[in-house]
Amino acid sequence: MNDLNRSGAVAGEPVDTTSAPPSAFLEVRDLKVHFPTDDGLVKSVDGLSFSLEKGQTLGIVGESGSGKSVTSLGIMGLHTVGQYSKRRARISGEIWLDGQELLTAPPDKVRKLRGREMSMIFQDPLSALHPYYSIGKQIVEAYRVHHNVDKKTARKRAIELLDRVGIPQPDKRVDSYPHEFSGGMRQRAMIAMALVNNPELLIADEPTTALDVTVQAQILDLIRDLQKEFGSAVIIITHDLGVVAELADKIVVMYGGRCVERGPAEQVFTHPQHPYTWGLLGSMPRIDRDQTDRLNPVKGSPPSLINIPSGCAFHPRCPYADLPKGNVTRTVRPELELVDGSAESHFSACHLSAEQRERLWTEEIAPKL
Amino acid sequence: MLAYLIRRIIAVIMMVLVVLLTTFSIFYLLPKWSGQDLAVVYAGKGTSPEALEGIRNKLGLDEPVLAQFWEFVKGIPMGRDYANGADDVTHCDAPCLGYSFRTETSVWDALTSALPVTGALALGACIMWLVGGVAVGVLSALKRGSFWDRTAMIGALSGVSMPIFFTGMIMMGVFVHSLGLLKLDDELTSSDSIGVWFETLLLPWIALAFLQAAMYARLTRATMLEVMGEDYIRTARSKGLGEQAVIIRHALRSTMTPILTVFGLDLGVLMGGAILTEQTFGLKGIGYEAVNAVGSKDLPVILGVTLIAALAIAVANLVVDIMYAVIDPRVRLG
Repeated sequence: MNDLNRSGAVAGEPVDTTSAPPSAFLEVRDLKVHFPTDDGLVKSVDGLSFSLEKGQTLGIVGESGSGKSVTSLGIMGLHTVGQYSKRRARISGEIWLDGQELLTAPPDKVRKLRGREMSMIFQDPLSALHPYYSIGKQIVEAYRVHHNVDKKTARKRAIELLDRVGIPQPDKRVDSYPHEFSGGMRQRAMIAMALVNNPELLIADEPTTALDVTVQAQILDLIRDLQKEFGSAVIIITHDLGVVAELADKIVVMYGGRCVERGPAEQVFTHPQHPYTWGLLGSMPRIDRDQTDRLNPVKGSPPSLINIPSGCAFHPRCPYADLPKGNVTRTVRPELELVDGSAESHFSACHLSAEQRERLWTEEIAPKL
Repeated sequence: MLAYLIRRIIAVIMMVLVVLLTTFSIFYLLPKWSGQDLAVVYAGKGTSPEALEGIRNKLGLDEPVLAQFWEFVKGIPMGRDYANGADDVTHCDAPCLGYSFRTETSVWDALTSALPVTGALALGACIMWLVGGVAVGVLSALKRGSFWDRTAMIGALSGVSMPIFFTGMIMMGVFVHSLGLLKLDDELTSSDSIGVWFETLLLPWIALAFLQAAMYARLTRATMLEVMGEDYIRTARSKGLGEQAVIIRHALRSTMTPILTVFGLDLGVLMGGAILTEQTFGLKGIGYEAVNAVGSKDLPVILGVTLIAALAIAVANLVVDIMYAVIDPRVRLG
């Protein structure tokens, strides 16, 4: 039964069966990343599609375990490198980067794209940097993998990048080790390393989660400035809608490995269509809100990715699951549909009718935000 | 770094002195407390009292223990004269560790002729078990769950549980006595060719290294598996590095740290292993000297062996600590 629901087709959008290269710079089509385990098949990402142009920023939001990081590692092709990861991840779908399909491309070709065409900033820069090599050596290594230059030239390039990301005295700090840097400096160094080859696609996986709030803002500003300067496409992965509000042009909201809502950031923030997005918005702390108001977290816990709830995966936690007629929320998986009356490309996967959503949003949800 | 080195070298010298004093006290005081006379130990029962008195005088046994210790230590850099009256003087050239009670030969000479054997045995075995153990461990980690991995780990388990004299005797029985592939030289000297040394030491190396290699293979495998799951390995891959570079440049370097730590500790154990191996294969090294000396209460030789062993372990640990600092910048000092 489950397989019938996993057709992955996206209603309201032309389904490309010929797998022709898309016009978009990055296009992900029906991406599935499954991990066979002893307890069953973990469907971390289960039919995700989105596209992104150069110079745009996409925010992927969702709680822990919704498949955000698995998606980004999937795009980078990092699920299939390494000696024994090959047997672990099952990946299907299509990932088109600049006219090149990555999942069917030879591994060595993808490896050469990695770090050069697409690069990644990780969540915790302390554990993501090698403790035994100086910052400079690690950046030099990233540069020399893709550029046939001597160490001196690469070192100059590393100092230049460290200067660009705002590290004081870059010609001295280039020889420092990660443990000699503060958290914010480490993340700056990580960003310098990711940008050393002028990548066209930059994926930032929770880039500010391990940092304190003042540094968070600086890092986000830096990412925004660098994007303007380099003109690359950026994917920001976060559970923090505040981060996305600041940076993103487009938003993908993920729940249980699937996209439940996606569209232009403006639209998603002003007219969110999915109860889960409402929940995320409602659980954001706001400084202008009355102090006595408590936060409204989304009740319940994220779904098991082995036994994803039937029908709409969000229905066990959705306060409006009983509104649609019959048993439809529990039996039929909602597909992404174009939101009525919205500008182009705002999609939502929900059984509530447009009228119900409009009424709930204007009467119940929006006033509380 | 230089200040650190000097501090460490002074610490090594202090440590060796403490070890010496302890050994000296145990072996010179214990007979005294248990009512034995060292002069009797030296000359044997039934020696006339006059002769015993002469021996005491000559060896300095009538002096306080600390004074004797000082004479002993001073003899190492300066040489020493054993005198019983003006005409009975035995000069012992520096470095002087005294004379064996049993063979009346210089302890220093005995040890220097035994040291190359033990040194070659230990060095060869160390290299064998480090290279072998680490290589097997890395391969096992990279091919986790494969036939190779399982075979290697079962082999390692049996290796850990087999004592040196057992593997040693089986190997001797098969390769030397049954098949006649190898010929063991009874007494290795510096005039023997490298080929003879190699042929004689091959089986001892394997016997001594096998037990350790098995442990290192398991340790390397476990560490490597852990390191391959680290975030910085993912970062290295995300840079576009090939898997070979990821393993050699990023994973292996981190794997070496705990191995080095254990290696430093194992150098102490190595001495015990060397004694067993030398006994099993009849090699005349330091271990062989030590066992003979203890058996015949040959105190000067016991002291000499202890000195050499303590010095070797201390210096080896110093080298390990320096390597540690080279590998991990976080432990660098000064």
